[in-house]
Amino acid sequence: MDIRNLLYRPSDEERSAVDSVLGPASSGWTGGGFSNLDGRVAFGGRAVREQRHLLLPALHAVQDAVGAVSRGALGYISDRLTVPPAEAYGVATFYALFDTDQPGGTTIHICDDIVCARQGAEELCDALDVASGSNGIRWERSPCLGQCDRAPAAMFHKPGEGYANAAPVDVDSVRRVEFEELEPGVVHQDREHLELLRRIGNDPSSLHAYRSSGGYEAFRRALELGPEGVIEELEKSGLKGRGGAAFPIGIKWKGVRDAPGPTKYVVANGDESEPGTFKDRLLMEGDPYALVEAMTIYGYATGATKGYVYVRGEYPTAERRINHAIDEAIGAGLLGADLAGAGFDFELEVRRGAGAYICGEETALFASIEGERGEPRQKPPFPTQHGLFGKPTGVNNIETLLAALLVIGDGGEAFAHTGTEQSTGPKLFCVSGSVARPGVYEVPFGTTLGALLDLAGAEDIGAVLLGGAAGKFVDTEAMGMPLTFEDTREAGATLGSGAVIVFDSVTDFAPVLRRIAQFFRDESCGQCVPCRIGTVRQQEALARLEVGRPLGSIEAERARLDDLALVMTDASICGLGQTAASAIQSAIDLRLPGAPI
Amino acid sequence: MEETDLIILWGSNAREAHPIFFHRVLKGIHNGARMFAVDPRRTSSAQWADVWLGIDVGSDIALANAVGREIIAQGLHDAEFIAEATEGFDEYADTVDSYTLERAENITGVPADAIRQLAHEYGQAETAQLCWTLGITEHHNATDNVLALINLALLTGHVGRYGSGLVPIRGQNNVQGGGDMGALPNKLPGFQDVEDDTVRARFEAVWGAEIPGTAGKHISLMHEAMDEGILRALFILGENPLQSEADSKEMARRLNGLDFMVVQDLFLTATAELADVVLPAAGWAESEGTFTSSERRVQRVRRAIPPPGDARGDIELLSMLARAFGHDWPTPTAEEAWDEMRGLSPLHGGMSYQRLDNMEGIRWPCPDEDHPGSLFLHGRLWDRPVTGDRAPFHGVEYAAPVDTLTEEFPMRLTTGRRLDSYNTGVQSGRYSSPRRIHGVLDLSPEDGVSLGVSEGDRVKVSSRRGSLEAPVRFDRSLRPGLAFMAVHFPDDTDVNALTIDAWDPKSGTAEFKATAVRVEPVAALV
Repeated sequence: MDIRNLLYRPSDEERSAVDSVLGPASSGWTGGGFSNLDGRVAFGGRAVREQRHLLLPALHAVQDAVGAVSRGALGYISDRLTVPPAEAYGVATFYALFDTDQPGGTTIHICDDIVCARQGAEELCDALDVASGSNGIRWERSPCLGQCDRAPAAMFHKPGEGYANAAPVDVDSVRRVEFEELEPGVVHQDREHLELLRRIGNDPSSLHAYRSSGGYEAFRRALELGPEGVIEELEKSGLKGRGGAAFPIGIKWKGVRDAPGPTKYVVANGDESEPGTFKDRLLMEGDPYALVEAMTIYGYATGATKGYVYVRGEYPTAERRINHAIDEAIGAGLLGADLAGAGFDFELEVRRGAGAYICGEETALFASIEGERGEPRQKPPFPTQHGLFGKPTGVNNIETLLAALLVIGDGGEAFAHTGTEQSTGPKLFCVSGSVARPGVYEVPFGTTLGALLDLAGAEDIGAVLLGGAAGKFVDTEAMGMPLTFEDTREAGATLGSGAVIVFDSVTDFAPVLRRIAQFFRDESCGQCVPCRIGTVRQQEALARLEVGRPLGSIEAERARLDDLALVMTDASICGLGQTAASAIQSAIDLRLPGAPI
Repeated sequence: MEETDLIILWGSNAREAHPIFFHRVLKGIHNGARMFAVDPRRTSSAQWADVWLGIDVGSDIALANAVGREIIAQGLHDAEFIAEATEGFDEYADTVDSYTLERAENITGVPADAIRQLAHEYGQAETAQLCWTLGITEHHNATDNVLALINLALLTGHVGRYGSGLVPIRGQNNVQGGGDMGALPNKLPGFQDVEDDTVRARFEAVWGAEIPGTAGKHISLMHEAMDEGILRALFILGENPLQSEADSKEMARRLNGLDFMVVQDLFLTATAELADVVLPAAGWAESEGTFTSSERRVQRVRRAIPPPGDARGDIELLSMLARAFGHDWPTPTAEEAWDEMRGLSPLHGGMSYQRLDNMEGIRWPCPDEDHPGSLFLHGRLWDRPVTGDRAPFHGVEYAAPVDTLTEEFPMRLTTGRRLDSYNTGVQSGRYSSPRRIHGVLDLSPEDGVSLGVSEGDRVKVSSRRGSLEAPVRFDRSLRPGLAFMAVHFPDDTDVNALTIDAWDPKSGTAEFKATAVRVEPVAALV
């Protein structure tokens, strides 16, 4: 532990922000003032090192308080946690929302990603470029903020007040930095016929409202079924993960339950960062108690006594509402020791992401909770054996957990009646772009793409990007494709995250592809070479082709892009690198207007 | 080490002085071991500890005895092991009885609670490793210090078992091998007593020469013999005593007063510069032979390149010398010399080169070629009844360092090593390192304030024997009243000009670790 403290000292404000997370410093060896006793004895060691997982919460506390993470604050956090300052710096700079090279103050994040860019974000950025010189407002471009149904979107950060989303925005509203809590968004379908979205629009702060609309019925049912019974129902349901990998949930939960050892964890992956995706935000903001209930059942069924909800840093409302729901549940005896008198213990804690797409990858998410840079880990070992803090861990996407709640409430067989044989249950899609009614839609698996787009009011369709930046483009020939895991796989497409971005027939795809390439270049964690280098080379090749100056010939560039795609797909350790070329490759294959070749 | 429950580093900054060994410590910690560090300084090793005990220099026996007393008082000792495998427990218990936690706090400066915690955890641990190095052995009562630690292992049965042991960490890759081969004044190879007539006769029969029947002199006795004019010639192999011995001014006087001195070394050291004859020796990559690590594992060393210029391997040089003295000696290969030795040393009897190759080294004792070597040296203590002698307790009393603190010399200076450098710098001074901190006096920031000096200011450091000037560096690992210097830069900051050559009569080691000094700012040149 080569701790060489920086000579910079924290301000009082920074110190108290850190202390609000870590408590006051216990000795001169951990950031406090030196006493004579400190020259004679030091306690700590493992006890202090094991607080490493509080590194991100401490960084957040400082960023929240002053709008930046200064060297003094970083040094103080390093002392408190006995983390070498260089390593703490490495973590702080990994996450986009920690400003290590800014003086502090208010920051405006403008989404310039695929959907927002098509709905005025570029013009907004141009206007801010002019304005920022005169009045000193600090703004930066951001990848997708998950507000695609009301683009263009912004996020504000004010010292002392934290974050707030704003959408849709214009130059005036951005410059006013209006700090209001946005409502989750409109459900365009009739809620009476919906399952996953049926409570969106109810008062998300009220436990009473949740319980009187069927909340905690599934929990009661789970206690009747017992842990094995819960897992049996999940197996019967055929429920597969909604995060993109479509892994059977019954097998995953059983794997955690059967893993040896007394300590296990369950994690809700709320790091929804795939461009064009906002369904989990809607669920977390609009139905937070359902997530708490689902996680409680997850703990009950697997034997985990501690759960985490990892919420994307760009979703402040979701974080607040889940935290509120947790507090209420604790108050009602529905979380904690011997909860609801059911004879088991379960704690739930929210952790905030800090601006890193990669943390949606499950092992990178673990690293982030543990206080590390969000770098994915080799699998196997799989999380059910060796997950968070090296313990058996179940991790699921938010939509998956809420679907599991339906399974337990209604029974696995009833759930399996919806959808197709291999893709059971209802599914959420985030429809945005050139449609009349952008939003989250709940349809049974097997609904065709055309039918989904009819619901959203799509009239002029050039192409559709399924699954976000990591997904693939399809054209109008795919309108009859049933939206299922198996049909999309057969068609060479993907459901991915459930993002459905619609482009009209006059779209120039050059800027879209440019933004996708930029996105992967920015978001590659840099750990493994194929992705770190490949995403850069891919972006460079696109840029050369866009200005008509290919290296060698166009054919040579095509071969180079294919080569990069192959290497990234084959040799990257996680899904980011494996999918970093797929949207661009599909655009080229479909010969979309503006595609580089 | 990797699988133990508790690791105690006592007088050891292994992270910097034994970095390879420390990897094992880190693996142990990673696997869940707790760690205690007993050290005057909160070193980079101590930073890994769950509890650091900032002991006063040279008060180790008081601490160890208090730990022993507390273990007995709380009934945490292993009564079965003590009854079956040890002797002298009652006398030991009597000796430590006066070392209450409060008395130990007064002597060592460490809060009684921390001492109690060490006692309880060591007493209750399933397995525990007690490791020490020069912080224990570079004292005038070094052997007593070691005995005080051994007593704790006997008390708790933390010896001779998997994950439990006494671990004196060696400072070089082959210090153990040097001792094993009889590079000691009273031992023949395999730790056989030179004063035992039967042993000597066996060696004489093979060597065809008469061996003196009395023990020779260890280095501190050699110093006395030089002072008395009895010892007039020295043959030094691979040592730099002019700079490595305590009280270097005295040492220079002694070496300069010799009639004749030969130095056999890889480098022209400061000592070699005083020699009448220098024999250029080969380095490890230029030699065949064996190394023996701290865990008694003998491993082969293979020559990778020939020695440069006129340099020769040690075996060849010694054989040439013998021929020059008129003996009809061939130059044996390393294997021939080894085979002769293992024919005489039962500990090494079964270690043929072929077996050393096949088994990736063997730990002694290994008496014959069917023997697998020994994982534990003291495993016999767990035989019932015990094989061989019982292990004796040795009650020892605390004795303060010889160089006492007074108003004239109020500050305690201790010495040690840093990660990037090695001993007097003969080997490591030849390359640069981004981590190198050249000769400085490390002080606590508080002492810097009270002396009115800033980092980089030069100060004069004086002891009862000599003085030197050095720039100041502030080191948070030191408390007020405690100063530190590395031993690596004798050419510009010769710390041994300050150290005392008071030495332990049992081990012959000088008290490098405890010097009384006075520190004064050097007035800036006008």
